[in-house]
Amino acid sequence: MAFITRGFRGTRETDESGRIPPGQYETHDFPVLSAGPTPHTPLESWSFTISEDGEELARWSWDEFRALPSETITKDIHCVTKWSKLDTTWEGVSVDTLLDGIETGAGYVTAWSDGGYTTNLPLEDVTGGKAWVAFGYDGEPLEPEHGGPARLLVPHLYFWKSAKWVRGLRLMDEDEPGFWESLGYHLYGDPWREQRYWGD
Amino acid sequence: MAGAAVLGRLSWRLAELVELVRETPRVTSLVLDVPGWDGHRPGQHVDVRLTAEDGYQAQRSYSIATPAEGEHLVLTVEKLEDGEVSPFLTEELQPGDRFELRGPIGGYFVWNGSADGPLHLVAGGSGVVPLMAMLRHRAADGIAVPATLLFSSRTLDDVIYRDELDGLAAGDSALTVVHTLTRAQPQGWTGYDRRIDEGMLADVFGTPDAVAGAFVCGPTRFVEVAADGLVGLGYEPSRVRTERFGPTGR
Repeated sequence: MAFITRGFRGTRETDESGRIPPGQYETHDFPVLSAGPTPHTPLESWSFTISEDGEELARWSWDEFRALPSETITKDIHCVTKWSKLDTTWEGVSVDTLLDGIETGAGYVTAWSDGGYTTNLPLEDVTGGKAWVAFGYDGEPLEPEHGGPARLLVPHLYFWKSAKWVRGLRLMDEDEPGFWESLGYHLYGDPWREQRYWGD
Repeated sequence: MAGAAVLGRLSWRLAELVELVRETPRVTSLVLDVPGWDGHRPGQHVDVRLTAEDGYQAQRSYSIATPAEGEHLVLTVEKLEDGEVSPFLTEELQPGDRFELRGPIGGYFVWNGSADGPLHLVAGGSGVVPLMAMLRHRAADGIAVPATLLFSSRTLDDVIYRDELDGLAAGDSALTVVHTLTRAQPQGWTGYDRRIDEGMLADVFGTPDAVAGAFVCGPTRFVEVAADGLVGLGYEPSRVRTERFGPTGR
């Protein structure tokens, strides 16, 4: 039962769309959150890999990755720090495309990034048209501070799951907590169930 | 990497406002009593939840400005003109009023004391708040490691905790506080008068040794410049911890 704070009314930019999850507010900016400096990996040394049990199953150079079929995606995004941004438009390669032809019994993935960041997701949350590796935002190349050259985009989960500077997916049998998930943030992170922290 | 920040469920607690402290024209500290508070580490933050009579709610995150000290907690809040929560907290809330918060949150942007080596801090505006918790912790516990704060503010009147920082530095030869004032400087100002850049970072922090680490907190552009600058000076990227806010953050 929530406690009513005397005198608080709020500005009531209410959510008539029903698209703002509980505890979130809408922003029109694009705030940046990162735990460390922004990596600047040259495209010549960039690659994206799919691996399992230490074995590389697929690998693309930047040019090979950009030659894959891509799509334009328009989705709402929700950051655990409380902002939501509606109708963001991205360009990216579906994770379904990257996993096409790969046989696996894995139930989870760990996305890993330049700079050492990791995040964990169930495989079913990155397949079936629910996740992309995005390289464009709003018609422009994705800026480094927003995760460029490429970031994971998993818009139905809190945005820390959309790993910036992503370089690969490790297929996992077990759900292994990533960077923020080891530091108190929720293992799954569904904004509609307000799964911000452990125990939510 | 720092250890786990949160053990078990983070439940909402009631905080009672004890007093408001006006730090600068735009920044106010809220001194709170939080029964049941289990303590926190310097650098962590809390989530605040306000509920209106009809059930409407708003949540925001605020950094903790003080080291762990029983059930007392100080949040320092910058009032954002078009904000929904910060004007209420800083202007309408009165001593004795209560609201909900939960925490502590964040297990990475925390100082683990002398184990982390010298404390190199770079603050932009209200980004100083979690860094102040580290300096206050260092002073309160008499932790002997050297500390340096490079603090960017718009004007002298906008320098949060100015008197306290002056006092801490005056009584501690191992603490250096360097200000830069980016918009206006008082007559006779001899400090920096520009936005931070790599040259300023080099002047203040010198060449890092292999284990040197830094905490950087401020607005997004500020943090980008400061973190890139530190990496350019030779800081290991994994030892530069950042926390960014804005351009929104209402």
